[in-house]
Amino acid sequence: MLHLDFVEQVKLLDRFNNKTTTGTLYLTATHLIFVESNVPGAHEIWILHHHIASVEKLSLTTSGCPLLIQCRNFRVVHFVVPRERDCHDVYSSLLRLLRPVSYDELYAFSYNPKQNEQQREVGWQLIDLTAEFERLGLPCDQWQLSDVNRDYKVCETYPRDLYVPITASKPIIVGSSKFRSKGRFPVLTYFYQEKKAAVCRCSQPLSGFSARCLEDEHMLQAISKANHNSRFVYVMDTRPKLNALANRAAGKGYENEDNYSNIRFQFVGIENIHVMRASLQKLLEVVGTRSLSVNDYLLGLESSGWLRHIKAIVDAAIFLTKAVTVEGASVLVHCSDGWDRTAQVCALGALLMDPYYRTLKGFMVLIEKEWISFGHKFADRCDQLDGDPREVSPVFTQFLDCVWQLMEQFPQAFEFSEWFLIQLHEHVHSCQFGNFLGNSQRQREELQLKDRTYSLWAHLLSEQHNYLNPVYSPSFAERHPVLEPSTQPWNFKFWRNMYHQFDRTMHPRQSILKHTLTLKESNSKLEDTAHTLQAKLQTLGVSTSPLELHSWSREHRLPPRPQSLILGAPLSRKEAQQEEEVLGEEALEDAPDGNGGERTVEGSSATENGYGELQSSFSSKNEPAMVSLEFGVARMTC
Amino acid sequence: MTMEFSEHIKTANVDDVVLKLPLRPALKGTLCVTAHHLVFSERKEEGSYQLLLLLRSVDAIEKSVENLLGYPQYPSAGPGQRMTGLSGSSGTIVIKCKDLRILQFDIPGMEECLNVASSIEALSSLESVTELYPFFHRPRELSLSEPWGLSSPQQQYAQTERLWDRWRLSKVNRNFSVCMSYPRTVIVPCAIDDITLAKAASFRQGGRFPVLCYYHRSNGMVIMRSSQPMTGANRKRCREDELLLQAAIDESEMGYIIDTRSAQQAQQARMAGGGFESKAFYHHWRRLHRHLERGKVLQESLIKLVEACGDPSQNMDRWLSKLENSKWLSHVHSALSTAGLVAECVERDGHSVLVHGFEGTDTTLLVTSLAQLILDPASRTFRGFLQLLEREWVQAGHPFRQRCAHSAHSHARLRQECPAFLLLLDATWQLGRQFPLALEFSEVLLLRLAQDAYASDYGTFLCSSEQERCALQVKENTHCLFQFLLRREEREKYVNPLYEATDLAIWPSVHPQSLQLWTGGQNMPKPWTRLEKRSGLL
Repeated sequence: MLHLDFVEQVKLLDRFNNKTTTGTLYLTATHLIFVESNVPGAHEIWILHHHIASVEKLSLTTSGCPLLIQCRNFRVVHFVVPRERDCHDVYSSLLRLLRPVSYDELYAFSYNPKQNEQQREVGWQLIDLTAEFERLGLPCDQWQLSDVNRDYKVCETYPRDLYVPITASKPIIVGSSKFRSKGRFPVLTYFYQEKKAAVCRCSQPLSGFSARCLEDEHMLQAISKANHNSRFVYVMDTRPKLNALANRAAGKGYENEDNYSNIRFQFVGIENIHVMRASLQKLLEVVGTRSLSVNDYLLGLESSGWLRHIKAIVDAAIFLTKAVTVEGASVLVHCSDGWDRTAQVCALGALLMDPYYRTLKGFMVLIEKEWISFGHKFADRCDQLDGDPREVSPVFTQFLDCVWQLMEQFPQAFEFSEWFLIQLHEHVHSCQFGNFLGNSQRQREELQLKDRTYSLWAHLLSEQHNYLNPVYSPSFAERHPVLEPSTQPWNFKFWRNMYHQFDRTMHPRQSILKHTLTLKESNSKLEDTAHTLQAKLQTLGVSTSPLELHSWSREHRLPPRPQSLILGAPLSRKEAQQEEEVLGEEALEDAPDGNGGERTVEGSSATENGYGELQSSFSSKNEPAMVSLEFGVARMTC
Repeated sequence: MTMEFSEHIKTANVDDVVLKLPLRPALKGTLCVTAHHLVFSERKEEGSYQLLLLLRSVDAIEKSVENLLGYPQYPSAGPGQRMTGLSGSSGTIVIKCKDLRILQFDIPGMEECLNVASSIEALSSLESVTELYPFFHRPRELSLSEPWGLSSPQQQYAQTERLWDRWRLSKVNRNFSVCMSYPRTVIVPCAIDDITLAKAASFRQGGRFPVLCYYHRSNGMVIMRSSQPMTGANRKRCREDELLLQAAIDESEMGYIIDTRSAQQAQQARMAGGGFESKAFYHHWRRLHRHLERGKVLQESLIKLVEACGDPSQNMDRWLSKLENSKWLSHVHSALSTAGLVAECVERDGHSVLVHGFEGTDTTLLVTSLAQLILDPASRTFRGFLQLLEREWVQAGHPFRQRCAHSAHSHARLRQECPAFLLLLDATWQLGRQFPLALEFSEVLLLRLAQDAYASDYGTFLCSSEQERCALQVKENTHCLFQFLLRREEREKYVNPLYEATDLAIWPSVHPQSLQLWTGGQNMPKPWTRLEKRSGLL
């Protein structure tokens, strides 16, 4: 099917400096691979076809035909292929490969991590939402499990199991669902046991300018009555008021406080998917600029609006959290369809309220519940199949960004590190595991994902030591069960490690995360050595007191390090140094004036940082060019 | 002496004062004004809170009082303070500190309030150095006979054996007659005698002739610093100055002059008698211009930044635009990238470097000290960093007294204030963020130094030069901050637990995305209390 397997002598250009690497480009059924040539321990880049958002052929240059590839995980690679024909072949093959039209073409259906059926099944059972609702103390005297959606009859984008107030009868539910966009009627999603307050979610009511629905009004009353702590229930419309008003003309809209006897209605003002898509695009444009000045960066950050949107989501989650934990009121959250902004706000609110969600497993449960089961349209939003580009939007990315902002404010509160969030983002787009495929639970069942694909959760849990936050403190959670983040704007920052994950020059620094991993790795090696030595002593008949070592260290060897610039550079400084020393020696033999001797810390180097354009030789006579750095007044020195 | 102070104190004690700190419940207690401190003690049986504030650290004070009839008066302009007096007259004092903390005291009694406020105003702005607290601070565990300071040019020279064949110690400035702002001893090329030095000094602004500040062991290259040459409009030259620079490098070598002004500024400086090293007379030196802001521009940048942090709207776009408008991060960027350039010249290209701007007492020191942090592992240790600051800032004559007279809140007219030292601490913090294992000290030390540079119990940052310190006998009559910080029990508070020495250079990334606003202490994992949350930079 493919015209070619590999192209040689391809140049890879760094997008932030003039560095180029030459290597071979391979095209496989699932990946595009670039391997640096003629270097021991060569640098490799593996790009999953699903990660590729766009491929662009730029106009021909003297050195070849440039190919610009932008990925959904924010990797941008710029190749120059020597021959135009080869470039075109790669280009057209990629175009075919990166636009799958049916689910069967996705990587998840061919990916095989060498597990048997039983392991696969166990993997899918690791995250269990029934157990989660049990943990929340449900069902209870006010809330029950309803079987109304057992066959996805009432709402096809909801899960089968739904928790509703005990006083909400089937006719009320069905009536309410008919009055709600896409049938997404109010259901419980989180229960704050301490105050018996519930967080519920739904879609907008089909109220138009004046329509009413008694069942829906009953439904909200039932939610209110289920909570004895408060006489009313907050209704949070997460949209800007203007958007909600505009929706009325289309027969949709928002709750009229006059018709619902016991609600407090509140707009929150999070923008829609189209605004968010444009915002991220603008942000990436700004931070992708070469030689960006600090001022242009800050202005660009402002004009992209990205951090404003992030703050709006966090603000909404704080509002939700305060209503529930301080006032003890139940809250109903919705937006238009109740699967984007609603998911963001409910999930972030739960994260603030409940320390369990700040653990590694708890966070998986949270995503499984608020995002996967309640039908966030991952397939559409992440562009898994060749679909409507107007449906694509970084809604989930924004949620992860919000979580990262909280991590920055509360470094001890989360069991997992930012690396875990980045991995999640990676796999939401990779289509390598079944979890995020499709748009709803129903669709996932139809695709028989549990039989045909593997679960990401099992994969992530199997290497969880890579994702742990070294400064996590469970006692912090005891002291701060509810997080109260600051909403001062300076606490919202640009997440460099996410949006520049693959930009080498942005990461010339040591990483605390990597350092702890190194320590752990060397620790386990030392333990191994200790075991070996002890065994040797025993064979020699020397009896020693047994060392107190963790027995797991032998069986559970640490799997290979993840490929990342944040984590994947030489693990330890010594390693880096040794490598450099070896390189330096070789360079000395081969070319005495080579630059192999440049000593740096973990890949940081003066050349890449571009402090100035120094020429290494003084012999050149063109002094003005050297000095003409500002205002073109260099000539004065002559 | 104490008599003079007591003149300023009309009301020494006030009871039932309410102290309000951001993000903390209000506290009730007694406020007491002493010659150098404001003391607040909470009225509680156990575990009561005490606040000891050095009056010198007060940057601005805003007061408002309410009289018996309840008509508010505003003797001093202060934006919207809330009236808290319930009965009788009362007043409110808002104290904005040089370390950017903001405290509010609600004081019962209008007269008491006005008295306290005027005492604070008078005592926080004492003119004479010897009246300042360091001259009275006598902790039991320290003795004045202990050594003052950590290092000297003599020690630096003695410890660097490889300097000896080309560089010598000169005592040409033993009476501070050649250069008022230099220490008595400096390191200069062997080939240049003291007479030549004195002549070269007369050609440099303030007599700050080129001296060695760093020797790079791996290739023998050096970093020197000076002030601008006084070439003037008619391109005067000075053979001795040319000789001095020539003697610093081999005949076959080339050196770089990093001028911290733009080429245009350097050109214009000639009209005021200053200038730059002309290529025609300094054959082996190549000049590069890197414009760093200084003086008033920097001070205003800090003021704008602090104001942006205090913006109550919590609006993201407004914040980003104000942050951009303050230009503070641009200054951090320029400082780091210029230092990177110097380090690159020395380490990668193997050339010696001379750094100067105008006076050579601000941005010059910023660049030379940052370049050393990048290059020199010794300066990244706890002691080494303090030594670096002592050498490159205290002894090298950074005019702390003028530069740190006021901070960002002051309403006083700007004179010579400039947060160059703060900018150094900020840039150092950026290095620490990018290389969390490379520095032996933590952010807490940087915060402590920022605080002490503006107001301190110790004498280290008093005065503007060694000459002034000698004249006022600072070393005999105050304790040394650096010595104090190195005491074991103090040191522990400031070390970086992750420190792992590395011999390599640490090249900072200067992409805007790699820089961060230093919000100070909020994000420290260890003392994870958000009590002392401060707005803005510190």
